[in-house]
Amino acid sequence: MTAIDVQISKRPDGMDSYPGGQQRMGFFTDTSVCIGCKACEVACKEWNHVPEDGLALTGMSYDNSVGLGADTWRHVAFIEQHKPVPADGTQDGGLRWLMSSDVCKHCTHAACLDVCPTGALMRSEFGTVVVQEDICNGCGYCIPACPYGVIDQRKEDGRAWKCTLCYDRLGAGMEPACAKACPTDSIQFGPLDELRERAEIRVDQLHEAGEASARLYGNDPADGIGGDGAFFLLLDEPEVYGLPPDPVVTTRDLPSMWRHVGAAALTLAAAAAASFATEALAGRLGPGARR
Amino acid sequence: MSATKAAGRGRPVAASGVHGARSWRRKRRAEQAMVPPAEFRSYYGKPVLNPPVWTAPDIPGYLFLGGLAGGSSLLAAGADLTGRPGLSRVAKAGAAAAGGVSMIALVHDLGRPTRFLNMLRVFKVTSPMSVGSWLLSGYVPAAGVAAATALTGRLPRVGAAATAGAALLGPAVASYTAALLSDTAVPAWHDGYPELPFVFTGSGAMAAGGLCLLAAPAGESAPARHLALLGQVMEMTAFERMIRRIGMVAEPYHVGRAGTYVRIGQVLGALGATGAALSGTPALPAGQPRRILAAVSGAALIGASVATRWGVFHAGLASAKDPKYTVVPQRRRLTERAAAATSHQAPHMPPG
Repeated sequence: MTAIDVQISKRPDGMDSYPGGQQRMGFFTDTSVCIGCKACEVACKEWNHVPEDGLALTGMSYDNSVGLGADTWRHVAFIEQHKPVPADGTQDGGLRWLMSSDVCKHCTHAACLDVCPTGALMRSEFGTVVVQEDICNGCGYCIPACPYGVIDQRKEDGRAWKCTLCYDRLGAGMEPACAKACPTDSIQFGPLDELRERAEIRVDQLHEAGEASARLYGNDPADGIGGDGAFFLLLDEPEVYGLPPDPVVTTRDLPSMWRHVGAAALTLAAAAAASFATEALAGRLGPGARR
Repeated sequence: MSATKAAGRGRPVAASGVHGARSWRRKRRAEQAMVPPAEFRSYYGKPVLNPPVWTAPDIPGYLFLGGLAGGSSLLAAGADLTGRPGLSRVAKAGAAAAGGVSMIALVHDLGRPTRFLNMLRVFKVTSPMSVGSWLLSGYVPAAGVAAATALTGRLPRVGAAATAGAALLGPAVASYTAALLSDTAVPAWHDGYPELPFVFTGSGAMAAGGLCLLAAPAGESAPARHLALLGQVMEMTAFERMIRRIGMVAEPYHVGRAGTYVRIGQVLGALGATGAALSGTPALPAGQPRRILAAVSGAALIGASVATRWGVFHAGLASAKDPKYTVVPQRRRLTERAAAATSHQAPHMPPG
């Protein structure tokens, strides 16, 4: 029926497999090794010809790109925290600096794709979510639908833009520009199931090393959006990084929404019928009544 | 204490979140606070969501006109069936004008208006905007033909078919816009999804009834009055239920610009409904006084519908721009789920 209704078959292990047997590809962003160099932001802009969107200083630590949007497809967050200094005084200052490179999550249940009325947003053969810029008519529905605040409208252009997971590079067998540019492998690209295994090992490693706050975010296929195609290892609560703590795809409630809309429509029709029926009854009952 | 404590808890400057909570308390000091101020963490107080890029008057106007059109088409069909030609003409003209203008508003709000027809490239039930585009592309021509035939007196059979078609699609046009808003991550819109369709159809009935009270011949407008009153009660009841159910996410409906619009809507709705009810009783002398009261009440009811739509629209924007409404309910959900998981585990533990 529509572009999104392509046959998506389930593999025995529960992972999605896409047309042509292509594995689902994604990102694992390990923020514990991010050094805040912003090479990912620059590489993304360069490769994808994303326009300049302001060079103001925000005062938010080293973060001057503020958040993901139409012209920021990779965004490095900088969080300065004062941690208690250990009793033995081995650590100086007690400052902890969290850095994290955020990106489109390429959700399993992608609200932007669900609500797009033109079919401009589509699922690629790599399992990624991509906007077809020759079809998007700038209705803007995907923007409030995204539970992560990723996609946005480019004002001078009218259309919605976001990370494509470098669809063009993937087609040529290359890794996305941000992952290629990342000097510490904080951004890792690969088949999603492999990345998930790697992430589990890494989080165990960090726990063993005493970093109890390490946790994975968006890796669980049972979460509200069916798991992210781009997931993270974080060192604090997601909201500290500007991420929603428990995102749910809005279309999960859509069947119920349509039922309520239907009931309200029928109620309106019944109210109109009653409005005329009352008058007809009144006319019959009282001679010389109104009307 | 807050600065050091905030830093100790690893919170970056959450200025806007704290500020939001404070301004809410200040404005509602005289009234009972509905929820305690929320503690939450955020990234420099920046919103989690990207707020809608939809603008007023296009989108709230579109919500209002859809309701006005849908309700009017029902009144038009009823007027034809019960032999009220004056009411029928007004309702059909109102439906066609509202439908046409709402279409223009929708196209005008697009980032690429020339690509409007891409809306009809696919049909997706997962996209209320797609469903709405198809609905409107059936409804607007039907309402237009119904009005044209009624006003010119030509092609009565075509006109009857068009009137019936518009009346069938009208309730859907009036109500689907609720799903349009609710099918987003915007907290004030999404969380209100069970009641919002009833708020919107009630509001639409109020507007359509109001229009016919204002413009239809007095001798034929009684059904319009009934519909307006039913609509006002439906809107008010559904809105109250929604506000009571959605907890802290109801705050944006009370404060700021949205709060002002909502209150104007409630006052105008109550005044309009009272006036409309009085205009239908022998309490007033028949003739001029009753007609004037009916017209003024009709205008108030239309105004109430406009104000409510603007209020709902701006409440959504406000709830998307403050991370509080995204973070606090989700955090609470996680806490509750964790608590439920531990209490579920308890029975599995060996006794003793």
